[in-house]
Amino acid sequence: MANMAQAIRMALHYAEENLGVTDIFGEDVGAPLGGVFTATQGLKTAWNTPLDERGIIGTAMGLAMAGARPVAEIQFCDYIYNTIDLLKLAGNTCWASIGQWNLPMVVMTPVGSGIRGSIYHSHSFDATATHIPGWKIVMPSTPLDAYGLMISACRDKNPVMFLKPKALLRIRGEEQIPGEPGDDKVLSKMIDAPLGDRSKWKPQWPELTAYAVPIGKAKIVKTGGQLTVVSYGRTLPLCVKAAADAGLDAEIIDLRSLWPYDWECIKESVKKTGRVLFVNEDTEVTNFGEHLVRRTVEELFYELLAPPRLVAGKFVPGIGLADALEMASVPQLKDIGEAMQQLAAEAP
Amino acid sequence: MAPRERKLKAVAPLVTHSDELPLDKKLLLQMHEMMVKSRALEERLIAMYKSGHGYFWIGGPGEEAFNVPLGLLIKKGQGPAFDFLHFHYRQSATLLAMGEDPIHALRQMKNTATDPYSGGRNFAGHFSKREWNIVPVSSPIEVQYAMAPGTALVQKRHGGDGITVVTGGDAGTAEGDFASCLIWSTRPGNELPVLIIVTNNKWGISTSYATQQGAARLSDRGVAFQMRTKTIDGNDPVSAYLELKEAFEYVRTERKPYLVEANISRLYGHSSASGANYVKDEADCITQFEERLDERGILSKKEAQAVREKWVEAIADMARKVKDEPQPDGSTIFDHTWARED
Repeated sequence: MANMAQAIRMALHYAEENLGVTDIFGEDVGAPLGGVFTATQGLKTAWNTPLDERGIIGTAMGLAMAGARPVAEIQFCDYIYNTIDLLKLAGNTCWASIGQWNLPMVVMTPVGSGIRGSIYHSHSFDATATHIPGWKIVMPSTPLDAYGLMISACRDKNPVMFLKPKALLRIRGEEQIPGEPGDDKVLSKMIDAPLGDRSKWKPQWPELTAYAVPIGKAKIVKTGGQLTVVSYGRTLPLCVKAAADAGLDAEIIDLRSLWPYDWECIKESVKKTGRVLFVNEDTEVTNFGEHLVRRTVEELFYELLAPPRLVAGKFVPGIGLADALEMASVPQLKDIGEAMQQLAAEAP
Repeated sequence: MAPRERKLKAVAPLVTHSDELPLDKKLLLQMHEMMVKSRALEERLIAMYKSGHGYFWIGGPGEEAFNVPLGLLIKKGQGPAFDFLHFHYRQSATLLAMGEDPIHALRQMKNTATDPYSGGRNFAGHFSKREWNIVPVSSPIEVQYAMAPGTALVQKRHGGDGITVVTGGDAGTAEGDFASCLIWSTRPGNELPVLIIVTNNKWGISTSYATQQGAARLSDRGVAFQMRTKTIDGNDPVSAYLELKEAFEYVRTERKPYLVEANISRLYGHSSASGANYVKDEADCITQFEERLDERGILSKKEAQAVREKWVEAIADMARKVKDEPQPDGSTIFDHTWARED
């Protein structure tokens, strides 16, 4: 099965062939590298830019205004912060012009910890992204969802922020992307750029289809009745494993879309279990999970058997390089498992 | 504090035709009327602000001699075959020269629901008009420079002679987006058809250019990129027309960028935040132009006064009409967050 980087690459290939994507660009996105995580190797519309994030976002906006359909990459989300006012502008352009101008553009950026990336390659962006109205925000945790969400993002008429959990980019999926060969080695030979000279290399793309995951639709990864766990990105598979390890009958929801998000899915699950744990790895103060906790309290208070809980990253200025520093800064399997067990056992 | 002594020498000379009138009479009179009409509009907007018919005024009185010729030279329309326009908030004169009805600027000043640019959501001078490729003007003073290469790239691929025009002020060139525009429009082999304009009024709100930037000419910033550049007398409509025409023709045919710096006046200060009162110690381009037209026997002072009175009265009538138009309803705040689904 494809890994997430390959899945994104295949979705972008499908999008440039069939969905009108005209430009896939950013730092080292084009040949010869094809992206620092290989997600853009071999794409015919991929090109390299100056090392200028504001230029990348601004150009994407201009392209979208003039009728092109860009997919721009910021190499690591740690470097997206100097574009915040352009992101705000992209989010308000349709609104401020009372619908005259819409921006069909995708910005993708690797997020989160898990590769020992130290202070400037480990940051998350979901808390900040969800503070910028006018954007749709998605974050897959499996290659198939990455493929399907990218297809939807490239069809959308609005700016879509595609957050790539970098710890999962090399993880192979358990579900087949429609059209991909079942054998990993065959797929790799077809679409992974060779080491060394790549000047004559061309990918052999499989026959892909427009498998789409709708933006705004969560997925119940595992049904259960004891407690609800809502997560996305890197921490989602940890939640699944933690529940299994602890022998808990947890219902686990992969949110997949952070804005708009699938409140109905969360609500129905919490009404069933009466207990909910939100898990993500961004810093915990003004965290997106806090919004979900607030909404749970306000709308589902009388359904609850225990206070809703949040497991998130520590509110520290950076994620330190040393193993113990990273592990102590963002949620690990053990932290999630303990939080689940406490919540499941909590009684008034 | 007095401005420090300039150490750097300008590379570009100041281009002016202020002692000539080499344009035909019809064009001269057209430009004059547009300049006067724009001034009458801006002065009405200021009066509206001062009498409580608007929360904030910002605009471009004093820049008419540059903005009117600019508007007359634009290839107006929708899509990449036409010019894409990344303006800033001092360009009502450009819109009027393009043929816009001034009543819409009054509507935006009064933040009415009928304001076609922003539906009462944005300040005066923050235009947006998709059928003319005028992308939404926003309050940040630099972001348009970052977006311009995107529209220009589409136009380069499209072919034809549509270009991107981006305008900002001298203070905004201190932001990195101005450098982004220079870099992205001159990538080797990927030069872009973008007319990069800086209107230099020598001020950023209350801070003088001379105390903050060492470059004697902002147009010299383009020299490092092998870009064609020039600094022009933007207070003279003849200089502006001739020099912009040459720059437009170069960008349209060569499909490469051109940087134009226009020295202009700021006649009512930065905005209502600084009082919006007439500044007497800066050149008034309309007064100067009327002197020349009178001297050459093209338009007498009396005739010029009649043009002014005509537009002052017409725009006052429009303001009276706008006065009774409805404000947007609070229930509409979420409208247009997302694009309309067809």
